Amino acid sequence: MKVDARGLSCPQPVLLAMQAMADAGSGIVEVLVDTEASRENVMRAAQSKGWQARATDLPEGGFRLELSR
Amino acid sequence: MQKQGNVFATTQGIVVVGAIIGVVAALLQKAGNPANMGICVACFGRDVAGALGLHRAEVVQYLRPEILGFVLGSLAAALLFREFKPSGGSAPVTRFVLGMIAMIGALVFLGCPWRVFLRLAGGDGNALFGLAGLVVGVWIGTLFFKAGFSLGRAQSQSVATGLVFPAVILGLLVLRLLFPPLVDQIQSGVLWYSVKGPGAARAPLFISLGAGLVIGFLAQRSRFCTMGAIRDLLLFRQMFLFSGVVALLVGAWVTNIVVDQFHPGFEGQPIAHTMGVWNFAGMVVAGLAFALAGGCPGRQLFLSGEGNTDAALFALGMIVGAAVSHNFGLASTPQGIGPHGVAAVVVGMVVLVLIGWFHLPRRHA
Repeated sequence: MKVDARGLSCPQPVLLAMQAMADAGSGIVEVLVDTEASRENVMRAAQSKGWQARATDLPEGGFRLELSR
Repeated sequence: MQKQGNVFATTQGIVVVGAIIGVVAALLQKAGNPANMGICVACFGRDVAGALGLHRAEVVQYLRPEILGFVLGSLAAALLFREFKPSGGSAPVTRFVLGMIAMIGALVFLGCPWRVFLRLAGGDGNALFGLAGLVVGVWIGTLFFKAGFSLGRAQSQSVATGLVFPAVILGLLVLRLLFPPLVDQIQSGVLWYSVKGPGAARAPLFISLGAGLVIGFLAQRSRFCTMGAIRDLLLFRQMFLFSGVVALLVGAWVTNIVVDQFHPGFEGQPIAHTMGVWNFAGMVVAGLAFALAGGCPGRQLFLSGEGNTDAALFALGMIVGAAVSHNFGLASTPQGIGPHGVAAVVVGMVVLVLIGWFHLPRRHA
């Protein structure tokens, strides 16, 4: 499952990521964000739900977050 | 590449930042800022509007260096940590109007969310109504977000565009340096000053500016946001931002007790009125406006320092909202609400609900 939250302001990236994690239940959810704050917020939310979160830089700027459980 | 951690964006980090803001705010009052108003983005934005002559309420005219410091401190942090990312284009005019309405609502209460907590820390019981209103306003905002509310995506912008608002702020700082307050004069060069009232209560320039710069820097790093604190608690049961706000409250409260600025009660509180219903309603409007825009007034200034031009428009909307508030008799005074304060709350709420409604996802037939 993939969520593109780039360009969206708080709290939408976290809301979309939470929704995607709830829909997926387990496995891998990929979330794209474009700011450091969104990266921190989504990773914090994922970890609070028992998901692992890993961030990598996107070549065009922003981050690809891989949430897994 | 794995990103390095940001120590300020941890619970301990934001608690330290919140506590520093609380202590600094209380000490700014000791140094000369108005009582229970060490920092208030709404009140200070209103003072800035007055200093520029956008309204003619003579007791609230001062180009507050704290506001300038917030933006420039955040800009410095963003540049230093490579987080200066100019962006914009997410419903700009709507955000401008949200800024106006947020300011209008806040001036019915007489304070932004920051001042809600600083008033509480000073013992002003009327702020409890404001806090309740803030929570209800933000809660209404979370309902819109749960229903899919969005102002749309921002796009990246040029570095020059991202620097425009910080450059304006820098220009205002130059004006403040060129035209300092003169004894018993309401004008110094192009700037207006108060000779009495809250606008005349001011800490020395370099203390105010230094405090603003430090807070701007720390808040950019920690993402400190008073509206987000309540929103994340309601929406996600998340304590991160909320722990920062609690630290601000405790930091300011303890400092107030130490320096004898804690005076509990409802009557005769500084720059506050006792109309509970309107303290509540004003903050419902402001809280909802901040929620829909995605950040408290401080956070909007910090984001604008990062090059977020949508947040900059919100901030400009607040300045214009302050001017409208005073020119139209919407703002409260310590005696009570303004002659058109009730209309301001009603019209503001209607506009916010319409903005919320029209930015919900449409079902296509």
